Amino acid sequence: MFNHLLSLLIWLPVVGAIPVLFAGSARPNLARWLSMLVAVLTFVASLFLLVRYNADTGGMQLTESYLWIASWGVHYGLAVDGISVALIVMTTFVGILVIAGAWEVIQDKPHLYMAAMLILEGLLIGVFCATDALLFYALFEAILIPMFILIGMWGGPRRVYATLKFFIYTFFGSVFMLIALLYLYQKAGTFDLATLAALPLTFKEQAWIFFAFLIAFAIKVPMVPVHTWLPDAHVEAPTGGSVVLAAVMLKVGTYGMLRFILPIVPDAGAHFAWLIVVLSLIAIVYIGYVALVQEDMKKLVAYSSVAHMGFVTLGIFIAFALVREQGSTDMALLGMQGAMVQMISHGFVSGAMFTCIGVMYDRTHTRQIKDYGGVINVMPWFGFFYVLFAMANCGLPGTSGFVGEFMVILASFAASPWIALFAAFTLIIGAAYTLWLVKRVLWGEITNPHVAEMKEINGRETFVLVAFAAAVLALGIWPQPLIHLMDSSVSQLVQQLAIHKI
Amino acid sequence: MPTLNDILILLPEFYLVAAACLLLLLDAFMKPAQRPLLHWISIAVLLVAIYLVIAGQPDRAVTAFGSMFVRDDVAEIIKVFALGTTAMIFVYARPYLIDRKLLGGEFYTLMIFAVIGIMLLVSAGNLVTVYLGLELLSLSSYALVALNREAKLPSEAAIKYFVLGALASGMLLYGMSMVYGASGMGGTPTLELAQLSHVMGYTTAPTLLLFGLIFMIVGIGFKLGAAPFHMWIPDVYQGAPTPVTTFVAAGSKLAAFGMAYRLLADGMGDLAQHWQLILAVLAVLSLAIGNLVAIVQTNLKRMLAYSTISHMGYLLLGLSAAGPEGYAAALFYAICYALMGVAAFGVILAMSRAGFECEEIADFKGLARKAPWMAFLMLLAMFSLAGVPPLFGFWAKVLVLEAAIHADMLWLAIVGIVFAIVGLYYYLYVIKVMYFDAPEEGGALQVQQDKPLRLVLSLNALSLLALGLYWGPLLAWCRRAFGV
Repeated sequence: MFNHLLSLLIWLPVVGAIPVLFAGSARPNLARWLSMLVAVLTFVASLFLLVRYNADTGGMQLTESYLWIASWGVHYGLAVDGISVALIVMTTFVGILVIAGAWEVIQDKPHLYMAAMLILEGLLIGVFCATDALLFYALFEAILIPMFILIGMWGGPRRVYATLKFFIYTFFGSVFMLIALLYLYQKAGTFDLATLAALPLTFKEQAWIFFAFLIAFAIKVPMVPVHTWLPDAHVEAPTGGSVVLAAVMLKVGTYGMLRFILPIVPDAGAHFAWLIVVLSLIAIVYIGYVALVQEDMKKLVAYSSVAHMGFVTLGIFIAFALVREQGSTDMALLGMQGAMVQMISHGFVSGAMFTCIGVMYDRTHTRQIKDYGGVINVMPWFGFFYVLFAMANCGLPGTSGFVGEFMVILASFAASPWIALFAAFTLIIGAAYTLWLVKRVLWGEITNPHVAEMKEINGRETFVLVAFAAAVLALGIWPQPLIHLMDSSVSQLVQQLAIHKI
Repeated sequence: MPTLNDILILLPEFYLVAAACLLLLLDAFMKPAQRPLLHWISIAVLLVAIYLVIAGQPDRAVTAFGSMFVRDDVAEIIKVFALGTTAMIFVYARPYLIDRKLLGGEFYTLMIFAVIGIMLLVSAGNLVTVYLGLELLSLSSYALVALNREAKLPSEAAIKYFVLGALASGMLLYGMSMVYGASGMGGTPTLELAQLSHVMGYTTAPTLLLFGLIFMIVGIGFKLGAAPFHMWIPDVYQGAPTPVTTFVAAGSKLAAFGMAYRLLADGMGDLAQHWQLILAVLAVLSLAIGNLVAIVQTNLKRMLAYSTISHMGYLLLGLSAAGPEGYAAALFYAICYALMGVAAFGVILAMSRAGFECEEIADFKGLARKAPWMAFLMLLAMFSLAGVPPLFGFWAKVLVLEAAIHADMLWLAIVGIVFAIVGLYYYLYVIKVMYFDAPEEGGALQVQQDKPLRLVLSLNALSLLALGLYWGPLLAWCRRAFGV
């Protein structure tokens, strides 16, 4: 079983979705319990990953490789390094919580909802451990199908617009990546990522391939200026969809950068690092201001996601500048590690924020900030969690939000104090929009009658929020295990940055 | 004198001709109560033909009747899939035809004759055989389109198909005559495809040969339905009875690929550098026109017609690569398109009833609530047509794009992929209608209760998923046929 642990992780939820589907809408509770069982089993399996993965040696482990398409030499190749392990465990963890979160909320065709969630989870795990570029691409694209259905069927009033925009926008980006991969296949005769990483490429080729990759991943992250699908998709998606989207799917973009841009086109990456850094800073500062003026809670958190993901891209590409121009591997390592921690942390924090909004939405069916006020009076326990996650969202020390951002800012200070200055703006803007949101939603007098009727969170919701809170606090207070898990993999990535391919 | 060996090589074809004639007789002499048997007999006939094709397949290419007829792996693959899709269409068509009182011997016989046409066409070793096969296929198709004599739309479609088809046949024939003429200038005139490939080397009239080539490409373009020779496609697709549309979409596209391969690769291989660019231009036009015009369609059959045009653009992408890998990719694409097309039209057939053609996109509103399984099958077909992994259609697209890049036509691959994004919209729109829209009050949606139809259609659509997960053997088969 351990030899095929990764396959098990991918296929367990995907295959597990089939009995859930067959449970049908006639037996919704069976579908719910079955999907919960599958999600828990997947989570347990992913814990074995933590045990089996040796963080001290690093590198790609638990390798599985079978010839898939013989005439093209395509392999069904899976392996994980520390970064993948962290992301996979986060995915399976969030997987349980979204299923618990949707329990009674989704009354219309729950079996289909749960099945789509499970399939999505399996495909996302697959993305995080594929070592063959074509397999990665297929999974990367396939995740659009369940998400399309999730937003389109259980979304808000403008769900059709949002889901079509989401699908076509992201599809648009990734097709250019496909052309780039086919071009690389012509040169290397394989889709194996390790071989492609060793493939010498001229700068011109690298530049073209870099931009092809960048479009694909930048849209997924999403980076400014191709982030416009995200607010729509988030606002219209059902709570669970938003949670998975923010917590896991956005990470696919930055993960792709680590696996494709860094090793395959390092010189172009270094050459254009300034561009990414500038775009990341725009995301951090400008999108922060955009978040400030939002009137829809989900939109606000969606924009704050864009800003926080800006830290991830900043951390990854500032490392380029640090290694190539200043030769300071230590600082680059810090930036890269910060980016990785930020990826995981943002997964939990944004997932928790969207869950909180979902909890309120289920009671009042509105997401407008002006419709709330004084929620703390009727839902004190909920208010406690909400404030905790809000603090994590603005990067309060002691929560996971602080660790990653702080490391990235520190690293960017080494590159240029100006970059650090702009990046540090987030501490003010982030606090501003989050606290102002809390102020308008939680504090004050109850002005709207429907707020007065809101009921305190039930056991199921408490479970979900406690789980998120535990993760956020654990990473904030004691991030060392996570950093240790990813440490050797991150330093290998940083070493790769220094390799010239021309 | 034909030898026994010649006849053995053509055994599947001879067998089918005999069977078709026998079916005609049966139809005439059977008691009305026994007529339904005809359906099962016809399917059995096709299945036996598939067996004969596979079982009698020689190890390497052989020719019969003085190289009029070639039996090689390429022909084998096309024949197997043409026969298979036709058998599937028979299953899907039965309830539809019964509801409209069109079920009769002529449908089965004409279909089988059309398939014989395909088989001759894709095994042609000589210009005459190409023409013979093409006409047998075309004439049967014209009659099939007009199967419903009473209705106006099918008759209109049949006339349009016939007039334009005759024109295209004329062009093809004219081109053939020029090629024949050119082969006679400076050498012995020949109609044999294998000989024709050397004509460029010796002929004293290369211009004539090139003109002939261009006229032949017009004929091929018409049969493929590639823009700008696509005018007939939307009307025929919409007007013809849906089972016939399915056949025109699936079977005759396989045939068109075979014809293009025989004429261009076998016969005009030396002129590849000349026809390569023409095909590339046809591909770009088809991709653009097909995808853009499909967006505004409200009739699903018509939308699928334009989508066919765009798919032929992808097929041409592979052909224009003009190498064995490109041909293999194009053949793979043709097979993939046949399976996807049959599945998509199969769902339309399964949802149609007496007095209700479920063919407007709006008719599918809320299908996911009324008939979740059918909606799921259609979803698979649509995502596959759109080229979204992990479905079969995605890999077919990847293969032709790779072939184009391999042939140093990166620009063509980029055009192809850009139009894939455009095409995505209208496929997603169908899914949107099925899944995200509420069904209309008292809507007419109802699934045919025909068990074989549901079973075969399910297998058909699920095969798009299965082949999407594991397409290696099929690709290997296609590549082996072209010696890659």
